[in-house]
Amino acid sequence: MTTNDHRYFGQYGGQFIPELLMPAVTEVADAFHHYQHDAAFQAELKDLFINYANRPSLLYHAKNMSADLGGAQIYLKREDLNHTGAHKINNVLGQALIAKKMGKTRLIAETGAGQHGVATATAAALFDMECEIFMGKEDTDRQALNVYRMEMLGAKVNAVTTGTQVLKDAVNATFQDWTKRIDDTFYVLGSAVGPYPFPEMVKYFQSVISAEAREQFLYQTGRLPDAVLACVGGGSNAIGSFANFIDDSEVKLIGVEAAGKGVDTNQTAATMTRGSVGIFHGMKSQFLQSSDGQIDPVYSISAGLDYPGVGPEHAYLRDLDRAQYVPITDDEAVAAFDYIAQQEGIIAAIESSHAIAYAMKLAPTMRPDQQIMVTLSGRGDKDVAAIARYKGVDLHE
Amino acid sequence: MPSLTATLQAKEKFIAFTVVGDPDLDHTVEYVVAMAQAGADVVELGIAFSDPSADGPTILSADQRALDNGITTEQVFATVARIRQQTDVPLVFLTYTNIVFKYGYAEFLAQMQAHDVQGLILPDMPIEEQTAFLPLAQQYGRDLIQLVTSKSYDRLPAILQNASGFVYVVSSLGITGTRQTLSNEANEIIAQIRQYSDIPVGVGFGISQVEHARQFPTANAIIVGSAIVKIIAEHPYDATPYLTQFITAMKEAQHAQS
Repeated sequence: MTTNDHRYFGQYGGQFIPELLMPAVTEVADAFHHYQHDAAFQAELKDLFINYANRPSLLYHAKNMSADLGGAQIYLKREDLNHTGAHKINNVLGQALIAKKMGKTRLIAETGAGQHGVATATAAALFDMECEIFMGKEDTDRQALNVYRMEMLGAKVNAVTTGTQVLKDAVNATFQDWTKRIDDTFYVLGSAVGPYPFPEMVKYFQSVISAEAREQFLYQTGRLPDAVLACVGGGSNAIGSFANFIDDSEVKLIGVEAAGKGVDTNQTAATMTRGSVGIFHGMKSQFLQSSDGQIDPVYSISAGLDYPGVGPEHAYLRDLDRAQYVPITDDEAVAAFDYIAQQEGIIAAIESSHAIAYAMKLAPTMRPDQQIMVTLSGRGDKDVAAIARYKGVDLHE
Repeated sequence: MPSLTATLQAKEKFIAFTVVGDPDLDHTVEYVVAMAQAGADVVELGIAFSDPSADGPTILSADQRALDNGITTEQVFATVARIRQQTDVPLVFLTYTNIVFKYGYAEFLAQMQAHDVQGLILPDMPIEEQTAFLPLAQQYGRDLIQLVTSKSYDRLPAILQNASGFVYVVSSLGITGTRQTLSNEANEIIAQIRQYSDIPVGVGFGISQVEHARQFPTANAIIVGSAIVKIIAEHPYDATPYLTQFITAMKEAQHAQS
């Protein structure tokens, strides 16, 4: 329960899972810590990153936006250019490679927007493993294209009809499936949430984002960014974007969460703004919940940020005042989606558009010699139909 | 009042589960009293949680019905007080850690003590996370019921060190819910436990039919949840005769085995 316990980040983290899963999670932790220090594993992963996933991703100076906003220079860390179109592949290749080395033959995963499911289905195809994806029924409807994509890759997609039928319910269903088939199955958890070691492991594999960005900033501009912005649902691209800047106290770290229809409404997913400490999905962290401890239904236009909790290290970074977390509404995110498309010719994921929206507020308050990094966590092709619906445009699909 | 350990010392005991507030609080009181009269030796009261990760669809639906009724933790304690006016059957809570955490560990245990609820099952609090809770439970004289599965053998000494009241043996991998056939694995788990401890053992997960009642002769008790929840779901406002009939038949089957 203290910072001395390596399973915790301050008061957050831990392993609040059924006894049935403890041996499985312990096996994963042992394997992760082994392969972290295994040169052959590292070489194999690096090769996959470079030759399969298209790393390093670009750090792109968004000159049009920077000039138009009239403040700090904006640099986009282009995770949208990765194979499968999002940062999710970084973590999936790492975990799937561990699973393969452990002798597991089946990968399971939850997915919200579908990006993590697509990445997991991709790795399963590459490594010749069986794959089942759990996705809330509401999300399979919102992201039908990604469902079909996963099926084309050979995965079975289960629409989860329990609870609120979104990401949190998909996580529940995936953990439940794992309890039924521990021996041959590895749960590829997609965000920096869940029981130890998942938050640490996901951060480890996603840290490639900030490891590259740090070098790229030094090479391109001769110095570090003044602020790093990333959207936060569970917080995997954000923790990966922050990781190698945490010790640089002059670099502001800002997580951007989904306010949905507003933080003062009950249609929100702004966990940091509105949540309280609780225990759910295997971890102690911040959650949107009732005073009795019932987990709240949450809402965001973004299926990937539609989550009632946040990774334990984010809760800890905020307690330390090392990172701050700000809410962005659906309307602001959609406006940012349009803005970056028209300014830079980039269709960004609606999740990433939340981070762009905050950059649009922040940049004008800063000087032109200052610089902001925004992690563009994914591409927005998947969102085009939903954005059209949001605006009331009929695409005759 | 006898302790859980004393109550379950003999064999062929029966632990019945119901969710408080399903279909409503008045009927919970009626059904708990009826199940005790029908021969349930211990009653496990579920406090509904929005996301019961160890439970299958049957209990998840019951939790949802209770939450739709607006059941709060305070109302659960008030309902236990009403149950206590009619029966002294030993009671155990089953809920998830967040419910107890949000109420306050010490405050929750104090309420359990005040209402004479002897034990608590928290399926998402493994031994690794009991450091803060267990000393408080001991201070308030409440049993934190430990769960054991066929994957727990390496962990048994540590689990049994924390055990009091009884040990909950999970009969099969997966989640709660009725099953047509059950493996005999639980008997092997009980044999493993007996190498270290003579604490009473209850077997649960999937037990729903009279055939299952005979399947675990080395257990002190069988724990029946989903089958009872199903009866209440089918007969929400007049389940008493069906519950009585079911528990009587299960108890008879248990006795017939010896």
